[in-house]
Amino acid sequence: MTLVKTSYNRRSFLKTTTMAGGGLVLGFSWLASCKPEVQQQQVAEMPKEWFDLNGYLKIGDNGMVTIMSPNPEIGQNVKTSMPMIVAEELDVDWKDVIVKQAPLNTEIFSRQLAGGSQSIRQGWESLRMAGATAKHMLVAAAAQEWQVPASEITVSNGEISHKASGKRAHFGEMASAAAQLTVPEEVKLKEHKDFTIIGTSRKNVDGKKIVTGQPLYGLDVQKEGMLIAMIAHPPAFGMQLKSFDAEEAKSMPGIKDVFQMKTFEDDYNMSAFDNTAFKNLVVVVGETTWQVMQAKKALKVEWEQSPTQEAKMQIFGREMNVRFPEGLEGTEGHNETLAQQGKITQEVARKDGDPEAMFKKAAKIIERSYSCPFLAHNCMEPMNFFADVKADEATLIGPIQTPEIMEQSVSARLGLPLEKIDIQMTRMGGGFGRRLYGHFLTEAGVISQKMKSPIKLVYTREDDMSMGVYRPAYHAYYRAALDANNNLIAFHVRAGGIPESPLAANRFPAGAVDHYLAENWTVDSNITVGAFRAPRSNFIAGAEQSFLDEVAEAAGKDPIDFRLELLKKAQEKPVGENNDYEADRYAGVLELVRDKANWGQEKAGMHRGVSAYFCHNSYVAQVLDITMKDDKPTVEKVTAAIDCGIVVNPDAAKNLAEGGAVDGIGHAMYSGLTFKDGAPEQSNFDKYRLIRHSEAPKEIETYFVENGIDPTGLGEPPFPPIMGALANALYKATGTRHYHQPFITEKQVVG
Amino acid sequence: MATFNLKINGKTQEIEVDPSTPMLWVLRDHFQLVGTKYGCGIAQCGACTIHLGDNAVRSCQLPVSAVGEQEVTTIEGLSENGDHPVQKAWLEVDVPQCGYCQAGQIMTASAFLKSNPNPSDAEIESAMNGNICRCGTYTRIKKAVKMAANPDQS
Ligand code: FES
Ligand code: FES
Repeated sequence: MTLVKTSYNRRSFLKTTTMAGGGLVLGFSWLASCKPEVQQQQVAEMPKEWFDLNGYLKIGDNGMVTIMSPNPEIGQNVKTSMPMIVAEELDVDWKDVIVKQAPLNTEIFSRQLAGGSQSIRQGWESLRMAGATAKHMLVAAAAQEWQVPASEITVSNGEISHKASGKRAHFGEMASAAAQLTVPEEVKLKEHKDFTIIGTSRKNVDGKKIVTGQPLYGLDVQKEGMLIAMIAHPPAFGMQLKSFDAEEAKSMPGIKDVFQMKTFEDDYNMSAFDNTAFKNLVVVVGETTWQVMQAKKALKVEWEQSPTQEAKMQIFGREMNVRFPEGLEGTEGHNETLAQQGKITQEVARKDGDPEAMFKKAAKIIERSYSCPFLAHNCMEPMNFFADVKADEATLIGPIQTPEIMEQSVSARLGLPLEKIDIQMTRMGGGFGRRLYGHFLTEAGVISQKMKSPIKLVYTREDDMSMGVYRPAYHAYYRAALDANNNLIAFHVRAGGIPESPLAANRFPAGAVDHYLAENWTVDSNITVGAFRAPRSNFIAGAEQSFLDEVAEAAGKDPIDFRLELLKKAQEKPVGENNDYEADRYAGVLELVRDKANWGQEKAGMHRGVSAYFCHNSYVAQVLDITMKDDKPTVEKVTAAIDCGIVVNPDAAKNLAEGGAVDGIGHAMYSGLTFKDGAPEQSNFDKYRLIRHSEAPKEIETYFVENGIDPTGLGEPPFPPIMGALANALYKATGTRHYHQPFITEKQVVG
Repeated sequence: MATFNLKINGKTQEIEVDPSTPMLWVLRDHFQLVGTKYGCGIAQCGACTIHLGDNAVRSCQLPVSAVGEQEVTTIEGLSENGDHPVQKAWLEVDVPQCGYCQAGQIMTASAFLKSNPNPSDAEIESAMNGNICRCGTYTRIKKAVKMAANPDQS
């Protein structure tokens, strides 16, 4: 039996209120079971990290239960799976549960943030606590009314009963009385084996609305008197606004105003989430979207090169200087920089043993370099936000992953106190990290304040793709030393990027090799970057797993056996201290995928690659099968084995794992954002390639390790490793290794 | 500005608008039919797919002046209660992740199945190839299209 305390840090996180119409409202924090080591690790490794979530649980007098889902829904399905966890401990019938999106409300809730594949992991204990506490109070209310001991009362599917007396009541009948009781200090959680909702597949709570086209997204927001606003920004990084002529645009039908705006005041200390390259914009406001689009085209704007800029940025409480050098950058130059930096000695991030001596002694040395381009997130729903700013209050509605942080930016920019700013979250047409950076909220606020009218700021696809906040361009150089018996005796990684490094120095194979060296480098750029689904891992996983495939081949070993040997060593005789993975769980997913994919028994004409990676606290191994027809590869099947602890909603979890695999194949194979004279060369889907139906795997099978461990992340982990599995399968199919993404532009891939 | 009488989801509605305005924005801004989505505006993503008569078309590239007498059907009008076989299959397979592309996917799939009620996998892939799903729900979409074609067999 698990007992949990209903308060943390002396603050009580639960309080009751009686609803006007009767019934119980249990306000609670969805605060995570904040284990200290969790927080530290998160800050170090993935700074887009949120612990505190907030919500409501309401029980109506008819027995219906409303669970307010406090976090942003970006397609990861938390709006269904988080309430499932509450419902489990509450013992309510899932069909009696209504799920609603909670607004950002710092008066009622404490903090509402989401990201880093942490929602379920961080919310696990507090969500369970919330459900268990409500159940406890309902039982206590029944015990009082029936004058029987609470211990004799049982609850099932929203019905409270006492066997001896034959008394029964549904939740609704006890809700009002329960609300009068004090919140218990400690509640009992269920044994995992008694779960009836967790671990069963429940359909997306918004499914019906989605398939019938109901308004759900930010772009769908429409309000009385609302105007449409669009922005014009410099066409290239390294440029800024010089002057503009709005005369023609202003005279066009429906246009209300054209003006210049500053997203932030000059003396404002930006946070990491305010990140934007272009702070001086031209704004066009008018009645309808089409009218504004036309007027925007008629604008005559002059741009000029901007000087080097140093910005002080608040990054998790630390003030950091970020440098945006002047100049118009291009992909050619970037590629030279990447290759050059990969060749020179860099700052040491970790060193075990004496790698240089070992490389001198080696019987065989394998040396390879990998790279990837900038990527645009390309959420299907372009950036947008509604704002209605009045003299003394502001309402903002739309898609944002960091509402509480952006509330502070908006407050500072508009000069309104936090409590006068109401931010409401809509369902999001994708996030992938892009909507952590909410400059578009501030922009919407400034425009509405200036227009004295409600407005909806809409980015065109071109704006969305060319405004920055990209996945950085990365490079990794690897070197491995084998002895005469084909043992891996030294391993060297040197990784960096523009302007951020993808290195995770303490991840596998660190800890599995006696002599290990990791080096790190970065080069400044004026192109802005941000978290992109599984930041850093989204490149380094594929590079590392491709390299290990080549090392295994050079050693004459099966790629799975080769990895398992290393993991065995990491488990039995780990090298160094801060090894950032559990070797047995890592090996576990490899063994499971070997088994499920019938590794080693593939049919003729089927070419397979394998890959495994650990990030965001979860382990994923994937086997990818390719057939060739007319020199063209077809991905026939992906088999995935995942260890993310307890799976709350299995079918929805599989959907995410399938999406991660498709996403990874797509980005490794087809996508890339290139630059010339500072300007992105792709700004819409005619030039920017995203994976399409016919290129997706024909079949994806997902298996979960069943180990009863508390759940960990799933939104990101299936995405990074598949890139390695793809490269390794392509090699089997074509005899050519692929080192530089997107593979499609490496001519040898396809016909 | 010009006046148009449009047949949308079985109702005739009058509108005064610039003749070059794409149906996408007419539907979204003027008729509050926001189920039809904006994704690219250049006929590359399929998020804005509607039916013109029996054909799936990209409403972002369809000027209102080109519609004439033809019946327009949007996702809101595909069925009375969200019970078109394609919608039912979508729910059964639980296709959506973020969901943003799905109205367009459903409109493409439903027009396609009308013209080809028993498609092969390759035919499904090529019919759906113009609809991007950034979340990568392609395998589920294919499964749902097949289920909608043969509801009894699945
Ligand atoms: S919005 Fe019409 S095809 Fe993309
Ligand atoms: S479900 Fe998100 S774009 Fe398709």
